[in-house]
Amino acid sequence: MLELSHVHKVYRVGAFGGGRLRAVRDVSLKVEAGEVVSLIGESGSGKSTIGKMVLGLFRPTSGTIAFDGTDITTIRGHNARKAYYRRVQGVFQDPFSSFNPIFKADRVFEMIRSSYFPGISDADWRERVLKAVGTVRLDPENVLGKYPHQLSGGQLQRLLIARALLLDVDLLVADEVISMLDASTRIDVLNLLADLKERGMAILFVTHDLSLGNYVSDRSVILRKGAIAEMGPTVRVFENPLHPYSRHLLSCVPQLHRTWAEVDAELEANPPEDVELPVASDDVSAPLLEAEEGHFVGIDQG
Amino acid sequence: MTLRVNDLKVYYQTLRGDVHALDGVTFDLADGEIMGLAGESGCGKTTLGKSLIRLDSRMRHVGGTVELDGKDVPIGDDRAMVPLRYHEISLIPQYAMSALNPTRKIGRMINDLLRARGVRPADIADELRRRLELVGLDTDVLDRFPIELSGGMKQRVVMVMSTLLNPSLLIADEVTSALDVSTQRAVAESLVEFRDREYIKSMVFVTHDISLVYQMADTIMVMYAGHIVEKAPASTIINAPRHPYTQMLISALPEVGTTTEQGRLEGIPGTPPGLLNPPTGCRFKERCPLAFEKCNERPPLVEIEPGHLAACWKTG
Repeated sequence: MLELSHVHKVYRVGAFGGGRLRAVRDVSLKVEAGEVVSLIGESGSGKSTIGKMVLGLFRPTSGTIAFDGTDITTIRGHNARKAYYRRVQGVFQDPFSSFNPIFKADRVFEMIRSSYFPGISDADWRERVLKAVGTVRLDPENVLGKYPHQLSGGQLQRLLIARALLLDVDLLVADEVISMLDASTRIDVLNLLADLKERGMAILFVTHDLSLGNYVSDRSVILRKGAIAEMGPTVRVFENPLHPYSRHLLSCVPQLHRTWAEVDAELEANPPEDVELPVASDDVSAPLLEAEEGHFVGIDQG
Repeated sequence: MTLRVNDLKVYYQTLRGDVHALDGVTFDLADGEIMGLAGESGCGKTTLGKSLIRLDSRMRHVGGTVELDGKDVPIGDDRAMVPLRYHEISLIPQYAMSALNPTRKIGRMINDLLRARGVRPADIADELRRRLELVGLDTDVLDRFPIELSGGMKQRVVMVMSTLLNPSLLIADEVTSALDVSTQRAVAESLVEFRDREYIKSMVFVTHDISLVYQMADTIMVMYAGHIVEKAPASTIINAPRHPYTQMLISALPEVGTTTEQGRLEGIPGTPPGLLNPPTGCRFKERCPLAFEKCNERPPLVEIEPGHLAACWKTG
């Protein structure tokens, strides 16, 4: 459904834009329908840049991003772009800044109606809104007709997902959607994403939190300095991390039932076997090596 | 006993009335204890941390006492608190990375701070260098501006700075929340090292991340809507919590290795109560599956086994 091939993004940085920063380096990945792919990385790994390029907010410097076979950078004109956003939507980290505080929160639904469904009757529309709000497990009485400041972060975030549901999108880019939510409501949003997946929606789940990344996703992509360090089925990546960086990252994640000392002791007792890593022929390419079926490792960047 | 807080009440003054952010909090902190203070946003954990060092203009000390090393801490009296700050009680603020003056070099900023507290910088210059090396920083950082350091480096500079005078109590407010996982681990481990080397006697580590606090704290105290719900050794809170709120909170946390295929985790339905006119009795009763009539009375925080305190009628 979504296919990135050899995507690069270079930013101009520094005074007068004289410097160059390769934020995304030779990334190729696929997201199929009904699949959740986690993009996991620390700050500066390029994970949000990839999400934004998929949403068409930035253009890749080189490489192609194809959605159902069409290169999205070739989409030109208002109507064509609108058609694309009919199928692909994003939800971002801070739900409070996604709403205009002057208007009631459900104005986001009205905007969808006026742009995409101008012909629909009031009753039909109301029914659709209630259904979408019900799907994200909110009580319509509590959220409709309220201002953003009267709602919690979790409620606002779920309203934004409901907005994407109204469009019945095929791909949702969820960029750190739960980092600002409390632990007790976080899991509700994650479960909601799992429900949407079962309905056939594809989700690109961008996160810095490894434990959240693996809860919902089918495949995980660990990014480092813009390049893919490891990519594969989530279970394999977490049970058998191959890249030294993934191993280091996993050993630093605070876990609930194991302390860091226990994790270190275990690693020392059973040191993982070294895996042969691919070697980049120049500074810009980042080849992948298939270590086991569907499980790839990337270059070593020191 | 380093710190003893007794029935502390701190309210925020607003135009619509008082917000009961900290409503009768009682706990002790032993020498050498690192206590994790956990809870969701709005539970009063940051308010508690701030109350121990400086009340801002909207906060009002309504009742209760704080004692540090046997001496009373006059938290309601801003002037009387001045000699205690930095010498006895120190704070690493929530946004430590933006706590540094961008126009001053790190070294000069530290010297200014020391002089303001009546300490000659030359007297502790050696100690400062030693501690910077301990947290893995080069002493060159003293000649740099904050903008030249990464987030993790700034966080470590602030850590060294805050603990330079060996305070008895350190309050660390969400110090690792803005850091990447690998830096987070390094910072958390340095804080433990500071305690082990007795640079600080005890520490309150405020965080929303329970799995992180489990890695480093001796005890964990969980707050909910301005009340303490449970305090116990870290492993007890994780493996055998007794209060229904703690139990539900722990079981809502996904771990590395849990996936939706192995069964879904459940969140806690509902939202915390507003604290402008807080409900009477147990503040968790609206969301609690075990709630019964008696919950309209506030449950006392009682010791259910040695070192394990909980405030619930069902656990008593």
